[in-house]
Amino acid sequence: MTAVFDPGAAAAQATDAILADTLHGTARGVVVDSPPGAGKSTLVVRAALELADAGRPLMIVAQTNAQVDDLVLRLAEKSPELPVGRLHSSDADPYDKALDDLPNVRKSAKAAELAGLSVVISTAAKWGHVKVDEPWRHAIVDEAYQMRSDSLLAVAGLFERALFVGDPGQLDPFATVGSEQWAGLSYDPSASAVTTLLAHNPDLPQHRLPVSWRLPASAAPLISDAFYPYTPFRSGTGHDDRRLAFAVPSDGSGPDRVIDEAAESGWGLLELPARHTPRTDPEAVRAVATVVRRLLDRGGAATSERSSDAAPLTADRIAVGTAHRDQAAAVRAALAELGVTEITVDTANRLQGREYDVTVVLHPLSGRPDATAFHLETGRLCVLASRHRHACIVVCRAGVSDLLDDYPSTEPVQLGTLVKFPDGWEANHAVLARLAEHRVAWRP
Amino acid sequence: MSLIATLARLEAVHTGRAQPAATVRHRHLSDRPLVFVPLTTAGEAGAPLGALVGTDRDAPHLLVVPQPRDRDLRFAFLAELADVVLPYIDTHADAVEAAERNETDPETGKRVKVEVELCADAPQLIVPSRAGVDYVRLLGRSMRFRRTADQDPETPYPAPPRVPLLGRWLTHFGERARVPGSSLLLAMTDVLSRHWATGQSTLEDQHLGALLAWIAPPEGETGAEAALRAELARDREGQLLWPPAGPATDPAFDNKLLAPAIDRYDRARTALAAAEDGLEADDRLGDLTAAEREIRALVESRTRPTWDAVWHGLDLLRSHLPEAGRHVEERWTRDRWSFTGHRDRVLAGEPPQPRRDDAVTAANKLSAREREQARLEAQEALDDPLVMAGRRLAGEAFAGEVTEVVMAYSEGKRPSPRPLVTVRTDDRPHLGERAKVFRSLGGKPQAAEFVGYEETLGKDGNDGENGPGGEDGGVLLVLRVLDKMGRGKEPEAGSVPEKGDRVCFTLFEHEQRGGAKLPEPEETPWTHGGPPGEQVPEAADPLTEEDVL
Amino acid sequence: MPLPRTRGTALRHRLAELRGPDVPAKALDARALAALAANPGCKRRAILDGAGVNKAALANALGSPSVFGQSQFAFTRGNTFEAKVKADGGAELLRLVHEKLDRTAEPPAHARVPELTATGPEGRTARTALALREATEARGEWTLFDHPMLALDVAGSPAFLEPDAVVVHPDGSWTVVEIKSFPMLDGSADPAKVGAAARQAAVYVLALERIAARLASDSAPAPRVRHRVLLVCPKDFSNLPTASAVDVRKQRAVTARQLARLTRIEDIADTLPDGTCFSPDLPAADLTTAVESVPATYAPECLSACELAFHCRARSRASGAVTSLGRSVRAELGGLTTVEDVLSAARGETGDPDDPAVAALRRAARLRAEALGVEVAACR
Repeated sequence: MTAVFDPGAAAAQATDAILADTLHGTARGVVVDSPPGAGKSTLVVRAALELADAGRPLMIVAQTNAQVDDLVLRLAEKSPELPVGRLHSSDADPYDKALDDLPNVRKSAKAAELAGLSVVISTAAKWGHVKVDEPWRHAIVDEAYQMRSDSLLAVAGLFERALFVGDPGQLDPFATVGSEQWAGLSYDPSASAVTTLLAHNPDLPQHRLPVSWRLPASAAPLISDAFYPYTPFRSGTGHDDRRLAFAVPSDGSGPDRVIDEAAESGWGLLELPARHTPRTDPEAVRAVATVVRRLLDRGGAATSERSSDAAPLTADRIAVGTAHRDQAAAVRAALAELGVTEITVDTANRLQGREYDVTVVLHPLSGRPDATAFHLETGRLCVLASRHRHACIVVCRAGVSDLLDDYPSTEPVQLGTLVKFPDGWEANHAVLARLAEHRVAWRP
Repeated sequence: MSLIATLARLEAVHTGRAQPAATVRHRHLSDRPLVFVPLTTAGEAGAPLGALVGTDRDAPHLLVVPQPRDRDLRFAFLAELADVVLPYIDTHADAVEAAERNETDPETGKRVKVEVELCADAPQLIVPSRAGVDYVRLLGRSMRFRRTADQDPETPYPAPPRVPLLGRWLTHFGERARVPGSSLLLAMTDVLSRHWATGQSTLEDQHLGALLAWIAPPEGETGAEAALRAELARDREGQLLWPPAGPATDPAFDNKLLAPAIDRYDRARTALAAAEDGLEADDRLGDLTAAEREIRALVESRTRPTWDAVWHGLDLLRSHLPEAGRHVEERWTRDRWSFTGHRDRVLAGEPPQPRRDDAVTAANKLSAREREQARLEAQEALDDPLVMAGRRLAGEAFAGEVTEVVMAYSEGKRPSPRPLVTVRTDDRPHLGERAKVFRSLGGKPQAAEFVGYEETLGKDGNDGENGPGGEDGGVLLVLRVLDKMGRGKEPEAGSVPEKGDRVCFTLFEHEQRGGAKLPEPEETPWTHGGPPGEQVPEAADPLTEEDVL
Repeated sequence: MPLPRTRGTALRHRLAELRGPDVPAKALDARALAALAANPGCKRRAILDGAGVNKAALANALGSPSVFGQSQFAFTRGNTFEAKVKADGGAELLRLVHEKLDRTAEPPAHARVPELTATGPEGRTARTALALREATEARGEWTLFDHPMLALDVAGSPAFLEPDAVVVHPDGSWTVVEIKSFPMLDGSADPAKVGAAARQAAVYVLALERIAARLASDSAPAPRVRHRVLLVCPKDFSNLPTASAVDVRKQRAVTARQLARLTRIEDIADTLPDGTCFSPDLPAADLTTAVESVPATYAPECLSACELAFHCRARSRASGAVTSLGRSVRAELGGLTTVEDVLSAARGETGDPDDPAVAALRRAARLRAEALGVEVAACR
């Protein structure tokens, strides 16, 4: 038993092992599980640079154009000299204009024009149309758990070996049509790329990044227990490393009280009276907007291990997360009415991979007359509850616990498929139970 | 369920009649479909009990298996089924037209146009309900690996000659039915509930009798009353007045009527086998024939109401709804390609469809179906204002009036027209920054780009998804038209909306792009198990003495 | 957690009153227990099941008989198949358990098949428990339990459960075996039926875990009840057995939760008027009143899961509940729950225009009318 957990050492050890397997291992693939904020992007950039240094031509597969552009920017920041190719679609505005300022990044819609560059990056969709005579010696597949098996099938012929990196706890890929006929097959095209990869190559080295640098000590244990029960992780910081303080004292209102609770404990639940509402529950939406307005008005300052000075809690450090697009739209409108325009308001799908100091979440089950599989999906709640560095404030109507209890569980079972854990029901209850300890009841 | 669909159902409850869920017919209906109403034996995997099948509503073929556990009798049934279905398929296989198809030239690797045959029409199979579609698939699976004496003289219990071929065709129909928008094999309940909203749940809509009761209730009765009778009414013997559409039968029918009849049949058969002379045999043959007749009558009594219901459904679809025109025709052409393709594979002597798809085939099917699903959703919206209304409500489309058109040009050496069009709409599309929108211009999609809301432009820079949030007065939004205006400096006549025009733009694309190019199966990568290896013909299902089917 | 004894006795007494004088409790079997998860929000179902009311008889007496029945063909086939699977001392069954669940163990060349007959369910339960202890101690041997009897405490009363088979492995761990007559075709089977089988098996797993816990001692930990059960079905179109391991951890968790929640039937019982009784001998009108005194949450899924469904559907429809059209219908209707309320809100006759549900309904009604080319009155 080690007496003291040294997060830096644990993370470094994991990273070293991953790089050793990637650069010097014999397996064709290496899989890395990365919980929220565990330094996945840092790892990808570092692995890319080391592979490039070793003179191995590298292709990187990401899932969205935003992820691709973000990686290109990070690579250029770390190593401005590195020749990088950004393979893009032939649509209008296919990449972030910021890439135009990078002298060593070449952009093209044709893979042939990027031949010979150390690193070529694109989306899985674009790579799926590329044909090569000679495969790349190495690939990095980013967000591999959000990639579908058929999408990997389309690109796997392009590389000899690959490092697969992703977060198993986020939203699973899905198909827009039924795919039951392939359920249970090792290569079910609608499954995640990692599921298929490991079904066919069970002996590949699997690693995991053990430390979340984003989630504070108040959040990591809950998120780890609820969403990563078999692959636990810890927070890289201690309870005293992060502090959130407000210059303006509480006015005693619900929003202010929940802000103080969250600043103190890392979690806050602003509970509105039980009521069945449509998705865009005006009271809940207004409550979310009010909390954000007060967060800005009260002169928040966030202290963290990153610097000795407190950083002001500005609009770009706050985000609002919802389950549905119309809810996001309603929150934006409500914020606009309160004169707030610079806040990121998005659905769980779009918040994947992003990080803020404080998040305000409209609970997916708030006010619903019934729970559905969509709302119980663990990935959705996991994304919403794991974007913050300091505090997460959840706005919700009372009664969600009963709603969960009344949820009929008569799911069909496909032979041969792996049971996915954790169960959405259990995870939701775990999060609710924790939130209940930080509850501020409020009647708007 | 969209709110518009919910409203339609609630109105159906209120008025006692199904309400329209479409203004045009979104599925192709053949002039001469083959209707198939099968029944199966409870507890057995694919042991048919009987069926009505045919193209003439007044003269269906009645096929019956008097003892479903008897392999020979089942084979006789399947052979008879093949005798009805295969000639129907053949009549469509023979009439062809010339068509072109893109193929990859094996020498050069280039895409070239090849002249090929395309069947002028395709067969269409119609079953009562979704369970019927599954049953077609099951029958196909049970037959396609059978061996005939011709194929394998050694095979025990050889199947009648055309049975494996029927299995391959039914498998093809069953697989094609999984493609969104296809009409090669249709379930009547699906087609009807696509076009009408009843005052009951989608689960209850799976009952063909109840569904029809809502759509066309008898004089003086509400849909609810008629549907309840269709579901539950029984005669004095406890038998349902409207037997289930199958293939499963009502347990009360099995236990009270069918089981005793089969017992009598079995006894008559045993007695006949034990007959000691011709006279006695004649006598007992009469008993056997009578027993068989009884079972035939029972099967007909349980299938005929469903048979008539399917044709009634066809009448309703044909008489109430005009076919949605070009798009339905286009999708049917895809069905014809699918049919022609399978015809060619059969003719070329290819083996039956494997038990499981390989990795590449599965991935290809999934992406093709997702593409068809997107295509279907777009086409149905473009064909049907009621479907479009649902998309508008969901913020995925908007309709309105053009209030202003300002000519503008792209920057660059050769400026092209990029007119700015202002549209007033009551809808609330979820328009993101520079979102692309499309309208149908002479059947082709014209793209435009969302520039912003006129009332809020420049005020607070808010051009996000929420819009200005005007409650009832509507909003003015500005679009920049991007294409389909010709090559000249000035847009071609009619290619730009004019002030006062009613326009409808969608946020979704009208046409689907091709998916990623997947490797050939023999080049399956290591991530997916590597190449599947030499194709070995699938073995027949093992046969045992008391084998079912 | 067991209820205090006096409280338990009082509850049992109260539940007996609800059943009616001299009406025996309908024993809950695994299927019924598994079905608790089908609509856990339904108080009516909870109290009727908890009190051991025969819902089929009740539905008949109410004039809305249930439609569940089994064809004798299916019944015969099921029995024949089970007999075939267990033939020859269960050799084939054990072979499948070994192959699918425990390949590292010694193959089951022979197995113990303990005699489990005894008088009454209590006797059989005791006999089973004893034999399970012996089998677990007999390390290195395979033991097949053919139709053992297990007891599970359900809201203070024992439910007796009879799994098709339980196998004790050489390492002393226990496996539940479910034998079903639906086919496994090319390795897959009807997911709805597999799901139902998994929920049923999960009940047996829970019951076995309680027995196992009692076998724990200072010197030996409780035997392990495996969370992967063996589902045995006919292969393809034959009657040859084939099998698949099914992970029932989720179903087990769900059922455990539902059993724990059954204690709330006492709270439900307390809300019933004095003298409430569900005896099928009572006149239909009285029964209707009694049944109505406890709220139901009817949804169309009940039709395939509850004997009382047709009665509840009729009441739900008569009251104009939108959920009679499906649970999902309510999702966007907010606080509106009846057909009339929704339609009148959509027509603009009632409802607060600032309520987003009402506003959306009006927009939907307007768009629908526009598309159908009908005039709508005052839909703004």
